[in-house]
Amino acid sequence: MLKDITLGQYFPGNTVAHKLDPRTKIILVIVYIVALFQANGWIGYAVVTAVTAACMALSKIKPSNMFKGIRPMLVIIVLTAALNIFYTQGTPVRPGWIITWEGIARAVQMVLRIVLLISGTFLLTYTTSPIALTDGLELLMNPLKKLKVPVHEMTIMMSMALRFIPTLISETDKIMSAQKARGADFETGSLVQRAKALLPILVPLFVSAFKRADELAVAMESRCYHGGEGRTRMKQLRMQTRDYIALALGAVFLAVMFVLKRYAL
Amino acid sequence: MAEIITDKLCHVYSKDTPFEKTAIRDISLTIPQGQLAALIGHTGSGKSTFIQHLNALLQPTTGRVLLDGEDINRDKYARRDVKWKVGLVFQYPEYQLFEETVYRDIAFGPSNMKLSKDEIDERVREAAAFTGVDEALFERSPLELSGGQKRRIAIAGVIAMRPEVLILDEPTAGLDPAGRTQILDNIFRYREKSGATVLIVSHSMDDVARFAERIIVFDDGGIAMDGTPDEVFSRSQKLVEIGLNVPKAAELALALRRRNIPLPESVFTHEQLLDALLKAREGKAC
Repeated sequence: MLKDITLGQYFPGNTVAHKLDPRTKIILVIVYIVALFQANGWIGYAVVTAVTAACMALSKIKPSNMFKGIRPMLVIIVLTAALNIFYTQGTPVRPGWIITWEGIARAVQMVLRIVLLISGTFLLTYTTSPIALTDGLELLMNPLKKLKVPVHEMTIMMSMALRFIPTLISETDKIMSAQKARGADFETGSLVQRAKALLPILVPLFVSAFKRADELAVAMESRCYHGGEGRTRMKQLRMQTRDYIALALGAVFLAVMFVLKRYAL
Repeated sequence: MAEIITDKLCHVYSKDTPFEKTAIRDISLTIPQGQLAALIGHTGSGKSTFIQHLNALLQPTTGRVLLDGEDINRDKYARRDVKWKVGLVFQYPEYQLFEETVYRDIAFGPSNMKLSKDEIDERVREAAAFTGVDEALFERSPLELSGGQKRRIAIAGVIAMRPEVLILDEPTAGLDPAGRTQILDNIFRYREKSGATVLIVSHSMDDVARFAERIIVFDDGGIAMDGTPDEVFSRSQKLVEIGLNVPKAAELALALRRRNIPLPESVFTHEQLLDALLKAREGKAC
């Protein structure tokens, strides 16, 4: 049951999308989000959809995997659609109806916006390993170090958190099985009873998470970890020609979206 | 009565996805009431998947599990009730402890059974006695005790349900030699007093050679060998092929046979090896 979570899952591959420098990809995702929010007409949405589809094709990620990522957001998507359909003023679909043509159009656009937003950002995590991602983030945020922002500490905490998600999930699975073997019941009963039933999972989970954190700290210290100062990398990130091309394409995309917005297309 | 029969049991993880993996295939076994059986096999051979079917934690992809002739997956209630009859102790069970006191942790299973307070109390004390948990520890927090004590408390938590079948997944993993012997002795005492069927998953061939009435060897999701320790260890060559080691004494006997010292095939405890060696020497002297 818990194995179905695909949050931030990385699908290894050997495509251009995988090979791009993580910094490029992070910048492109930001560009993508800004561009997406410029779309306010059908042509704008069509352009963004086409770009997203092209990127998906480039990364060879199956659309079915994309939809798996979208599924948890379904409630929000449906709610947005419903609100827009019923609360937009305009010409009714039929005289006397509350639903308007404008409402339907808005709903479709809002749903598209959410779906595209999720797909675009998932493309980043699907094609970039967590380590590359945090490395890229750290380098991008490097200038902030001058302002005494603890960039290195933040990124190392992030990569550790990402690293331990699968471990904690499998641990939760194990503890759940063990408690079920002692007759614990997680599926029936009132809300309060079910919340109480979680205690036998949460307590052991926290105990082992703290223990793990302790052991990890000792292991890091015994390998002479002392923060980011003077730390070098095995794999130096270097921008390649393809990164500059990708960034240029991103700039063109953003420019197109600004122009389209200007003319409200 | 508590006889377990598995009928052509198969389990496939993540069926119909790219991650599909057959964990066990076509397992048909009969484990009669009161037997003390050992399951061996290397990591990933399907032992853990198999034992989780016996108390309906996992449902078979195909095949059935029968307890006393009845399918344990026949409905939701049967699936729940079988957990009282078939007690399963996981690997490193100390990670499941969560209550504020040792007493309440051992009582977790029985209180899920909705027993009366007196009944629960009786069972907790009985289980603690079986596993050598001192009643002086009852009001302590289980989290502040030593590893061996935690392990015993966790096993007591399952024994307190008075299971007719007790299954333990590597109950001695990570304990010192004294702790190992104690835990095993506690389990045998429970079996003796209650007549329960006991299944132990183990990696320690020396332990298995000493206590098991029957050894079931898993390999690649199926059963590679099934028989008495005599039968299984006499085919030490095959065990080595599967990638398992044999008891130290059997290993030594195998090496000696390779050097043309005539030893019988059924040597797998230290005592047997000693006897066989003495006999072999006499033979030479004649």
